[in-house]
Amino acid sequence: MWLVNSSVGRKVVMSVTGIALILFLTFHMAMNLVAVFSERGYNAICEFLGANWYALVGSMGLAALFLIHIIYAVWLTLLNRKARGSERYAVTVRPTTVEWASQNMFVLGLIVVLGIILHLTDFWYHMQFAEIANDMVLAPGGDPADGIALMKITFKNPVFVLLYLVWFGAIWFHLTHGFWSALQTLGWNNQIWIKRWKCISNIYTTILMACFALVVIFFFIKVTFLGASI
Amino acid sequence: MDKNISFTLKIWRQRGPKVPGAFKEYPMKDIPGDTSFLEMMDILNEELINKGEEPVVFDHDCREGICGMCSLYINGYPHGPATAATTCQLYMRRFKDGDVITVEPWRSAAFPIIRDLMVDRGAFDKIIQAGGFISVNTGAPQDANGILISKKVADRAMDAASCIGCGACVAACKNGSAMLFVSSKIAQLNILPQGKVEAGRRVKAMIAKMDELGFGNCTNTRACEAECPKSETIDNIAFLNRDFIVAKLKD
Repeated sequence: MWLVNSSVGRKVVMSVTGIALILFLTFHMAMNLVAVFSERGYNAICEFLGANWYALVGSMGLAALFLIHIIYAVWLTLLNRKARGSERYAVTVRPTTVEWASQNMFVLGLIVVLGIILHLTDFWYHMQFAEIANDMVLAPGGDPADGIALMKITFKNPVFVLLYLVWFGAIWFHLTHGFWSALQTLGWNNQIWIKRWKCISNIYTTILMACFALVVIFFFIKVTFLGASI
Repeated sequence: MDKNISFTLKIWRQRGPKVPGAFKEYPMKDIPGDTSFLEMMDILNEELINKGEEPVVFDHDCREGICGMCSLYINGYPHGPATAATTCQLYMRRFKDGDVITVEPWRSAAFPIIRDLMVDRGAFDKIIQAGGFISVNTGAPQDANGILISKKVADRAMDAASCIGCGACVAACKNGSAMLFVSSKIAQLNILPQGKVEAGRRVKAMIAKMDELGFGNCTNTRACEAECPKSETIDNIAFLNRDFIVAKLKD
């Protein structure tokens, strides 16, 4: 199977799963934004998804995408370290055209994974998991679809706000390289398109992560300074 | 007239592929700025021979930037700090008086060290043997100019063909990937009508050989194109990816 045996095939798997995950982030961000405009609307989305069969199928697909992306990342990194050889250079210089993120995708990925673990324990465990396990004690105020309450509880704490912002920063770096790199791997690139894709990557990623950050900061301010009830 | 400079060379010495190596320092005195880097290495070797020591082993041949034989990883750059130039095209005027110049061999698992600064780049020849050619029936070959090729296509193929196979891309890559070399060699042939006939077979054979020889997986860091003495771009790598994916989907 060429997606396993060949170097280009392995990279294609990284690209396709990566692009799918960017699309997921886009949907996630769009849903989060609703919380800024309408708390009822946001909880309606939570209710609509919940642990319904389509949401569960979606979550499983998503988990599979993450796992494939992470397993391939570890595998490729190990292969590449082996290809690099045991002797390292004494002096190395990073040419100006080489992005810092591009050489640190694995480290950034690790930070992203830590963030995901934090995020799953903060939210998913109290929402979808509570509903799957039918254990309403886990859910905020006994309602697993009350995402707004969870957001207020979580982002009241500045430590969590900071952790989430660091996490978003890592994703931003990861995506600014990952986005155009994925299209390069799929062969959709040349002298002209590389400039376009890099520009699109930067703008798209910045908007995406800024909106995520906006929601976190919005709820932090709302709870801390505007005295919104939890 | 360039002024003379004195500096210290820190050179990787290793007696054989299996023997552990180490850096050794050599002070160099009054080297004129218009000496080429390899001439400076010759001066050092002459001094070493006169002292009865073993000269430093390094690769070189044409010394005019077209054969791809010279290597050397100088102060963190394959082929030294000059851009779009090979080591033989590097002059000592780029360095300052009192500098410490670190000279290392290409370091990659697929390029084992033969001795000192010389590495075995035979892996590249094996990749070319796997598919870097076009098959032509001998006897009554067509005239070379019988097939018309547009200037744009010819230029693109020529740009890819300017790769000299020196291995700087592998040396620069943190993943030890040979994609810039392989993609240049594939693009050079697959772009032209004569090479297009075997495009799918070629790309599959050369990638398979590249993977088999232990080169790494490209992660698009672009370190290769920054260091390429012939300014090959990752445009070629996108071309290779495209041809490879199309060939595999056709199977």
